[in-house]
Amino acid sequence: MRKYWHVINIGIQNTLVYRTNFLFRATFSLVPLLATIFLWSTIYRSKGSGDVGGYTLSGMISYYLLVTIVDALTAVTDDDWQIANDIREGTISQFLLKPIDFLFYRFCLFGANRLIYVAVAVIPVGIFIYFWRENFVFPATAQLFGWFLLSIVLTGLLQFFMSYTMALLAFWLLEVSTFIFIVFAFEYVAGGHLFPLNILPPAFAAILNYTPFPYLLFFPVSIYLGQLSHDEIMRGLLIQTLWTVFFYGLARFTWSRGIRKYSAVGG
Amino acid sequence: MMNWRRYATIYAALWRNSVVREMSFKGNFILWVFVEFLWFGLQLSFIGVIYLHTDRINDWTKWEVVLLIGASHFIQQIFQAFFLTNCTQLSELIRTGKLDFMLLLPVNTRFLVSLRQVDLGGFVNGSSAIAVMIYALKQLHITPSFGQVAGFLALCLSGILIHYSLMLLLSSASFWTVRAQGIVWGYYNLFNIARMPDSAFQGLFRAFFTFAIPMLLVSNVPAKLLLRHLQSPLEIVLLIGMSLVCFALSEFGWRFALRRYTSASS
Repeated sequence: MRKYWHVINIGIQNTLVYRTNFLFRATFSLVPLLATIFLWSTIYRSKGSGDVGGYTLSGMISYYLLVTIVDALTAVTDDDWQIANDIREGTISQFLLKPIDFLFYRFCLFGANRLIYVAVAVIPVGIFIYFWRENFVFPATAQLFGWFLLSIVLTGLLQFFMSYTMALLAFWLLEVSTFIFIVFAFEYVAGGHLFPLNILPPAFAAILNYTPFPYLLFFPVSIYLGQLSHDEIMRGLLIQTLWTVFFYGLARFTWSRGIRKYSAVGG
Repeated sequence: MMNWRRYATIYAALWRNSVVREMSFKGNFILWVFVEFLWFGLQLSFIGVIYLHTDRINDWTKWEVVLLIGASHFIQQIFQAFFLTNCTQLSELIRTGKLDFMLLLPVNTRFLVSLRQVDLGGFVNGSSAIAVMIYALKQLHITPSFGQVAGFLALCLSGILIHYSLMLLLSSASFWTVRAQGIVWGYYNLFNIARMPDSAFQGLFRAFFTFAIPMLLVSNVPAKLLLRHLQSPLEIVLLIGMSLVCFALSEFGWRFALRRYTSASS
């Protein structure tokens, strides 16, 4: 176990090099967020009545603020590209020789990466949220907040296992970025980045709930906002756990298959 | 005159190279076209969802916004076809010191850096954007005159010039920071604004994205020309003027940045 602490430590040091990059990234992403908030404000104003799919304007804004927070905490930014690159260029060979579990190793790096990202992003995002503080809500009960934290942990795991599995496709394909982008596109809409999923027609939203996508972002946010009953939270957490376990299994399986195919290019 | 012919010949050779390169990775080429197509569809679906709940965003109705998104996608794709990859590769050229070879060649370095590769997928996706625009115009019962279409295309050129100039300026930051993957990502965020209807914004935000970073002009003005929504010809003048300002700034920034170049590992 101690060696993985070293991995986290090294990961933190490596990521710290990119702190300016992170700062830019976090700040730049506030621009479209601001645009989205203004866009919704105009929509509510042109509409006259104050309700879109159960959201007031203030509710809508707090939705997007929370999306930004959960995204900063759990999103995979660079890890999948790095893993795919390691495979393509053969640098992954060194890990096959070491007594180290590659999945866990990458997970430690992912954790370190998120830690630094959050530490950096907290400045611009904090200022931004302070500016919109009237729309920022706190969870209704401590219990709700607990479920929210639990589901965020699951979201982080699910995010990581999905990206990891996608990146391992590099064992078979020369170019995995297209596939990563396709999954990201689905995640962007079906995960709730673009708009809250419950403004969709109900039947459609209900189907989405069985796909892994809402559990990559939307689900923890809707727990936090108190949109779900206790039963719905329990069912959601169950589905989220099942998807997480599924992708963990898939990641292990893909690795064991890929490693047989691996030809150590350039090694 | 000779000079123009020489550059045309060079550019033709660059085109041939790009076609050969793209065609040697056919599967990948098709996948990238699909990815862009998917994103385009997703943007349209966002509009579809919004208009489930409202019938206008300020003065913009559904099909007008669809036309706007089509125009924005068209401009972005043509920009991508000619410039985007080249701009994003600049940081790699600097990091590896390959820029040395370009500086040594007897052609304008900016020309070579900006137009080295052509991304053919951009043209395929540009045509899907045209198809969406035509469909939206049908829904709106608008038949644009020849003059309008010509004006639209000319304004699109101005828009592309703005995108290109700003992107080159941003990429030139890699003369200072070297690792600049964040830059492309940052620019994608700005693209997001170009496809939103201008009247959804007011005050400082709108002024900033009109006069400082003219994202709200790039596709809004051409789209409004087709929709006959332009409040005054001044908007056209503004777009063209801003595109020239951006271009001049980018030339200035480029020359300034190039002076910082110290090469690498040589």
